[in-house]
Amino acid sequence: MAKLESKVPSGPLADKWRKYKAESLKLVNPANKRKYEVIVVGAGLAGSSAAATLAELGYKVKCFVIHDSPRRAHSIAAQGGINAAKNYQNDGDSVYRLFYDTIKGGDYRAREANVHRLAEVSVNIIDQCVAQGVPFAREYGGLLANRSFGGAQVSRTFYARGQTGQQLLLGAYSALMKMAGQDAVQVFSNEEMSDLVIVDGQAKGIITRNLNTGEIRRWAADAVILATGGYGNVFNLSTYARQSNATAIWRAYKRGACFGNPCYTQIHPTCIPVSGDYQSKLTLMSESLRNDGRIWVPKKKEDCKKDPASIPEEDRDYYLERIYPSFGNLAPRDVSSRAAMRMCDEGRGIGETGLGVYLDFSDAIKRLTEDGVRERYGNLFDIYHEITNENAYKTPMRIFPAVHYTMGGLWVDYNLMSNIPGLFVLGEANFSDHGANRLGASALMQGLADGYFVIPYTIGDYLATQKPGSRPSADRAEFKQAEDNVRGVIKRLLSSTGKEPVSHFHKRLGQIMWKNCGMARTKEGLEQALKEIPALREEYWKNVRVPGSADTLNQSLERAFRVADFFELGELMCLDALTREESCGGHFREEYQYPDGECKRDDEKFGHVAAWEFQGDGKAPLRNVEPLNYETVKMSVRSYK
Amino acid sequence: MVAETNSTKNISVTLRVWRQAGPTQPGKFVDYPAKNMNPNMSLLEMLDVVNDELTKQGQEPIAFAHDCREGICGTCSLVINGKPHGPHRGVASCQTYTRSFKDGETITIEPFRAHPFPVIKDLITDRSAFDKIQQAGGFVSVRTGSPCDANALPIPKDSADLAMDAASCIGCGACVAACKNASAMLFVAAKVSQFALLPQGQPERERRVLSMVKTMDDLGFGNCTNQYECSAACPKTISHDFIARMNREYLRASVLEAFRPKSTSTAGGA
Ligand SMILES: Cc1cc2nc3c(=O)[nH]c(=O)nc-3n(C[C@H](O)[C@H](O)[C@H](O)COP(=O)(O)OP(=O)(O)OC[C@H]3O[C@@H](n4cnc5c(N)ncnc54)[C@H](O)[C@@H]3O)c2cc1C
Ligand code: FES
Repeated sequence: MAKLESKVPSGPLADKWRKYKAESLKLVNPANKRKYEVIVVGAGLAGSSAAATLAELGYKVKCFVIHDSPRRAHSIAAQGGINAAKNYQNDGDSVYRLFYDTIKGGDYRAREANVHRLAEVSVNIIDQCVAQGVPFAREYGGLLANRSFGGAQVSRTFYARGQTGQQLLLGAYSALMKMAGQDAVQVFSNEEMSDLVIVDGQAKGIITRNLNTGEIRRWAADAVILATGGYGNVFNLSTYARQSNATAIWRAYKRGACFGNPCYTQIHPTCIPVSGDYQSKLTLMSESLRNDGRIWVPKKKEDCKKDPASIPEEDRDYYLERIYPSFGNLAPRDVSSRAAMRMCDEGRGIGETGLGVYLDFSDAIKRLTEDGVRERYGNLFDIYHEITNENAYKTPMRIFPAVHYTMGGLWVDYNLMSNIPGLFVLGEANFSDHGANRLGASALMQGLADGYFVIPYTIGDYLATQKPGSRPSADRAEFKQAEDNVRGVIKRLLSSTGKEPVSHFHKRLGQIMWKNCGMARTKEGLEQALKEIPALREEYWKNVRVPGSADTLNQSLERAFRVADFFELGELMCLDALTREESCGGHFREEYQYPDGECKRDDEKFGHVAAWEFQGDGKAPLRNVEPLNYETVKMSVRSYK
Repeated sequence: MVAETNSTKNISVTLRVWRQAGPTQPGKFVDYPAKNMNPNMSLLEMLDVVNDELTKQGQEPIAFAHDCREGICGTCSLVINGKPHGPHRGVASCQTYTRSFKDGETITIEPFRAHPFPVIKDLITDRSAFDKIQQAGGFVSVRTGSPCDANALPIPKDSADLAMDAASCIGCGACVAACKNASAMLFVAAKVSQFALLPQGQPERERRVLSMVKTMDDLGFGNCTNQYECSAACPKTISHDFIARMNREYLRASVLEAFRPKSTSTAGGA
C-alpha cells in the first residue's frame, strides 16, 4: 500500500507557505546545482515555466516534448484568461477570497494549503508575465484590464484578447528559449516519453521515442518532472488538441505512482455542438462570453425548431438567471453544464439535434454596440462563424457542453512530488488544486504557479537528499527493462493483423465514456462501461490495423500507442466514479442529488482523495485514501443561488 | 477573418496529395477520391476520412501536421491549391472547410515549400529554424521572481494593442512558404516589434534585432523584396507594416551599436 504523506505544513493557513519555505525546505548550494540533471517532460505553461526557472537557478535541464516546438503545447489554445488576486479593480478581492472561491468551486474536494498557496503566488504570476512582455489587455490609463469569470463575484481575470493562453505560453516559451540559447536547457522536440525508469524506488530516468525517426533512447537524471497536461482525450471528442494524451502519466502510474481522483472531469458548458460523425474535435467558446451573453432556451417545446428571432421575450427561459439569480450566467461550469443538459432532457434543447442552448448577444450589442462586442470577443465570433457558417452578431450562438479539463491526475504532495520519490508532477497532469471542479481561468494560474513559483523551491528539498553525481547510469538493467517494454508494445501494435483504424476504436471508447462517465453517471451505467471497455480493449488488440514501420514518422503508431493507454485509464475513471458514491463538482451521480438537481456530497464517507495504485495487469487496483482536513473553511453545501 | 462560403450540399472531390516517404526520397502527387463529404467538415477531417480508408486497405495514410484544429497552435501547414493555408485570408489550414470547395473539384495539397523547412514526410516539414531565431533574442531577459508590480509600469493602450497585434503570430511559417525568397521577415518583425513597442523590451532593443536578423540570415532565409505575399498568407493577418518597423529598428540599432560607448571593465566585485 502506497504511503500518502501530504506534507502539509502546520500552522495558520496564511503562514504555511512562507514559513515552510523559510524554515523547512532544504536548499541546494549554487555550486552543487549544476551537478544535478533534471528531466522536464512537457513544455506547456507548467513545463516551460519550470524548465526555464530551474535552468536559471543553475540546474542542468533537459526538456522533452511531443510537438515540433515547445511553443505548440496545448496551453496555447486557452482563450479566456488567468485569475490573480491583485484587487486592481478595488472590488473586494483578496488572496483569501480567491482561495475561498477556488475551494468552494472545487466542491470542497481540494487541499486547503495547496489552494491557499496558489492564491498567494497568483499575484507574482501577473508581475512575472508583464515583465516578460506579455501584452495583456489594458485600459486607456495604461493599467491592466480585468474581466469576470464563472464562480466569482469579483473581476480578477487578466486576459490578452481571446488568446490569453497563447500569450502566456509564448512568455514562458521565450524564457525557455532564452535559457536554451545559453545551453542551460536542452530541448528535445518530437521526442515522446514512453516509459518511466525507477531505480531503487526512485524516479531516475525516462525512455523516449523520437517521433520523426523512431529511435528509442534512454535518459538518466536526478529527478523527473512530468508536465504533460490533461487526459480528456479519453473521450475522443473534447476541446483538447488532438495530440494531448495520457501516456506519460499512465506509464508513471504503471510504475507505481498513485492516480488521484481519475473520475473528476470537467464538462465545459459553452462549446460548439457536434455536427457529424466525422467530427475530430469540439471547439470551445470561451466562458468569458458569459460576461455579456445571455443563455436561454424556449419555454415551449414546440418553439425549439423555430427561428430564435421569432420567439418573443416572454417565451424565452433565461434559465441560469432564473435558477441562480446571484450568479446568473456566471454560475460555475459544472452547474451550468448540468442545467443545459436538464433543459435538453426536458425536450427544450435547440438546433437540429436538440442538443444545444442559445448564447445570445443581442442585449450586449444594444448596450455596447456591435463594435464594442467585437472588440471584446471578435476572434471568438470569427471562430464560431468559420465552424458553423453562422453570424453570431445577428443570430444567437448555439452551444452545448463538452469535455474540457481533467481535475484528476497523478497524486502529489505539498511539494508536488508523487509517491515515487524524485517524480514530480505539475500543471493539469497532477490532481492537486481544483478539487472536483475547476473554476475558469484557474488552470493557467495553476500551471504557472507550479512551474515558476513552487517547483523551484520544492525540488531542492528532494535533491538535497541525493548525493551530487549519484545519478545512475542508463546502462543499468532497469533502463533496459523499460526500453524492452516500450519495444514490446510497439511490436505488438505493428504486428496486429486487424482491419480497423485506431480512430474506429477511439470513437467507440469515447462513446462509452461520454454515455456512462460523462455529465451524469449512475451505478448501472458505470458497471456497464466496466464490462464494455475491457471487451473493446480486447477487440482493439485483435482487430486494430497499424500500417507502416517503427523506424520512421508513423502517426498511426503514435495514436495507437496513446489509445492503448486511454483504454486502461478510461476503465480506471469508471471504477473511481463507481466507487465514489456521492456527487461533487464535475462528478455527478444521479443517485446522489437534492430535489432541485444539485450535487449531494457525502463528506463523512468521501471527504477524501482517492489515490489509485496499480497492482499489475489484470489485477484490481488498490484504492488508497488521503483524508482532507479542513482547518479554516467549513465544508458546506455549495450554493450559487 | 471569416471564410466565404459556397457549397451547402455534400460534395465529392479529388485530393491530389504530395507523398514523400522521407527527407531524402523523391516525392510525387497521388490522387485520392473523397466522396460525399459534408460541407461543414474541415479539410483536415476530410484527410482523416481518406486516411481511415487507406488504413483499411493496408496502405500508409497521408502524414500531415495538426494539433489544436482551431487556428492557434501553428502546427498545420498545408499549401492548398497553391496557397499556404488555402484560399481564404486570415485562416489556418485547419480552419478551411469543405464548403469552400466545389463539387467535382481537384484540390491540390502540398507541404510548405521553402529551403529552410525541409520535408520530413509527406506534408510535414521541419520548422525548427524558428526556435533558433527565438533563441537569438526573442525574449526579455527577466529572471523568475525579480519583477516589480505589474501596474507599476503603465503602458498606453494603443501601444499594448499594437504589441498584441504583433504577438498574435502563431509561428506556422506560412510567411516563409508564401515568399519566393523564403524570407522570414514577417515572423521576425512580429517578435521584434512586439518588444520594441513595450517598455519591457527597451534594455535589449538593439541587441535583439541585430541578433535575430543575423540568425535568420545564417539559417538561410532569404531577403524581403516587399511583395507582401507573407501578410496575405498569414492566418493572423499580421501586417507588413511590422516589416517596415523592423527595418527602422535594424537601422537604428546598427547606428547606435556603432557609436555606443562601451565600458572596458567586465570585472565583478567582492
Ligand atoms: C480550448 C481550451 C481553452 C482553455 N482556456 C482556459 C482559460 O481561459 N483559462 C484557464 O485557466 N485555463 C484554460 N484552459 C485549460 C488550460 O489551457 C490547460 O489546463 C493548461 O494549459 C494545461 O497546461 P499544462 O502545462 O499542464 O499542459 P499542456 O499545455 O497540455 O502541455 C503538455 C506538454 O506535454 C508534452 N507532452 C505530452 N505528452 C508527452 C509525452 N508522452 N512525452 C513528451 N512530452 C509530452 C506536450 O508536448 C506539451 O508540451 C483551456 C483549455 C482548453 C482545452
Ligand atoms: S492545427 Fe493548430 S493552427 Fe491548425
